[in-house]
Amino acid sequence: MQMISPHSPGTDDSAGAKKPAEAIVPRMKILVIEDDLEAAAYMTKAFREAGIVVDHASDGESGLFMGSENTYDVMVIDRMLPRRDGLSVISELRKRGVNAPVLILSALGQVDDRVTGLRAGGDDYLPKPYAFSELLARVEVLGRRKGTPEQDMVYRVGDLELDRLSHEVRRAGKEILLQPREFRLLEYLMKNAGQVVTRTMLLEHVWDYHFDPQTNVIDVHVSRLRSKIEKDFDKPLLKTIRGAGYMIKDEG
Amino acid sequence: MFRSTAVRLSALYMLLFALCAAFLVFYVTAMSERLLSQQTRQAVQEEVVDIQRAYERGGINLLLRMMERRARQPGANLYVIASPNGEILAGNVASVQPGVLNEEGWTNVPFRYEPFAEVGGPRFHLATANVLKLDNGLRIMVGRDLGDPGRFRGIVRRALMVALAIMGLGALIIWFGIGRNALKRIDRMSAASQKIMAGDLSQRLPVGRSGDEFDRLSDSLNAMLGRIEKLNEGLRQVSDNIAHDLKTPLTRLRNKAADAIAETRDDARRNALEGIIAESDQLIRTFNALLMISRVEAGSIAAEMSEVDLSAISSDSAELYEPVAEEAGLALVTEIEPGLIVQGNRELVGQAIFNLLDNAIKYSVESNGDPKIVVKLSRSGGTFRLSICDNGPGVPAHKRVEVVKRFVRLDESRSKPGTGLGLSLVEAVMELHGGSLELSATDEANAEAPGLTVTMVFPGRKP
Repeated sequence: MQMISPHSPGTDDSAGAKKPAEAIVPRMKILVIEDDLEAAAYMTKAFREAGIVVDHASDGESGLFMGSENTYDVMVIDRMLPRRDGLSVISELRKRGVNAPVLILSALGQVDDRVTGLRAGGDDYLPKPYAFSELLARVEVLGRRKGTPEQDMVYRVGDLELDRLSHEVRRAGKEILLQPREFRLLEYLMKNAGQVVTRTMLLEHVWDYHFDPQTNVIDVHVSRLRSKIEKDFDKPLLKTIRGAGYMIKDEG
Repeated sequence: MFRSTAVRLSALYMLLFALCAAFLVFYVTAMSERLLSQQTRQAVQEEVVDIQRAYERGGINLLLRMMERRARQPGANLYVIASPNGEILAGNVASVQPGVLNEEGWTNVPFRYEPFAEVGGPRFHLATANVLKLDNGLRIMVGRDLGDPGRFRGIVRRALMVALAIMGLGALIIWFGIGRNALKRIDRMSAASQKIMAGDLSQRLPVGRSGDEFDRLSDSLNAMLGRIEKLNEGLRQVSDNIAHDLKTPLTRLRNKAADAIAETRDDARRNALEGIIAESDQLIRTFNALLMISRVEAGSIAAEMSEVDLSAISSDSAELYEPVAEEAGLALVTEIEPGLIVQGNRELVGQAIFNLLDNAIKYSVESNGDPKIVVKLSRSGGTFRLSICDNGPGVPAHKRVEVVKRFVRLDESRSKPGTGLGLSLVEAVMELHGGSLELSATDEANAEAPGLTVTMVFPGRKP
């Protein structure tokens, strides 16, 4: 969900914010299984503008066919589909050995929907209605996941270094002291360096709560973190992407 | 007519009774018939023995005399003396079914015979007899009249008719008993429920004074109706509120869209469009919160309950909000007893606490009170009490029930951001957890900024 509030701190990066994805996302091919044709058309157009190749299926059976015949980086699957339920499509794909990450869209909105969705083999879950920026950010993170080595012990962005083992953070060789939560926040941002991370994603991965934070709580934490890692340095690394979230990136 | 239970029941009873009666009648008839024929046989047998003795003692003359004497008595048995070729020589019978006199001993089946002129009666009668052959070739038959062959069947038929008449009467009485009384009440109940189905929820089912099964059924159905009526009323109020509270943001949205069209400058138009998105997001949030509340109230997520560390959730939430409070110039202080575990849903409890902290910060900012928010968690008796205390303007005692309701906000102008649903969600979450929500003043003595303390009371874990 987009957050545009008077409290939003540090809108220092409005220039490059229009289409953040265009420049940074490598070409990715995704499958969208969605029966609402209008929503699908909007999604397809918006994904293409972000440089992502989209195939679309409008029911469960054809989605299952396309998903098992072709190779996709990410699949976006609506939970309620004609001819075959979304969750059954996912479990059947998994049975056939399709390992591409799946994002589940659901209008049901039950609290435990997310749990059942992930149990069926989904990798991420987004309740409707959602902002497209949220969907895009999640799809990009899912698509990139394969390439991000989980076993990397040190994350680097420009002159910023984060050691996951010793929990040390340095910038230009100078140690920066962070609170445990700030460390996890930075860790998640750096793990997805160059990609937009939304506030909801941060609340999910850093605090383990799965709902829309609704207020500026996350912004305040990010701005605290920003002041710690950028205070004594000229070059900003942590950018606010207006209407979407945050991104850590070395502009080079 | 067969749609009526009374008629069906009566018919069934009648059928059953009729079957029983028929069985009884036939059984009794068969038994008495057997008994009668036994007695007849015995009497006949005795006479045969007498006749044999008389013949042995006094020859044919004595036998004839004896038979003549006996035949004259009223209600006498049947006596026949026949020649060896079956011709009747003497006796009180005109003729017998041919062949009967040829066989010695008991006749196997009742046979027909013709008695001497009997005025008006049927010509043939049925009889059973014992036939004796004397040494001189004469045959002696002693028998007993069984009466008119139709008579016995007539008796049986009459008995049956009487029984069936009694059954019919019984069925009528049963129909009156059940149909007129009990089933009429069921009819009244269904009439009342028809009206209720037609939409009149104020209707109630009739309740008698006897307190029997029907009254108890009516009572519980009435209680159910009362609950439905109350829920329905609540629902209507909620939808009224929703309609009212969504009109304002929708109007704003529309105005902003009109502005955006009118704008000629690119950046101003962009700003207007962003305002539209923000406004829509706020609307979506309101809808999500509403849906969330109704789902929590419906208890559809009860399955996701597990043991959660209330102390950890409390301190995590405080930690999450601490920077926000600090930025607003408020101190966030925690007094949390560690290790308090409840059966619950971490997401919902977390969201409830977030809502309360949001409120506390929002209303403390402009207050002159002590700029401090306290998060307190302690054990008290069998319960765990989690309180969020602020020193803001507080909520007057008479408004504390009101303010928990959906869309109710003290600030009528709605100048502060918010959906007016925060406390409603907290209350729904507490209800789901079998706990309660308490609102009180943080410092009653401070008239200017009494503050608000919202306490979530959780039932402690059962030992």
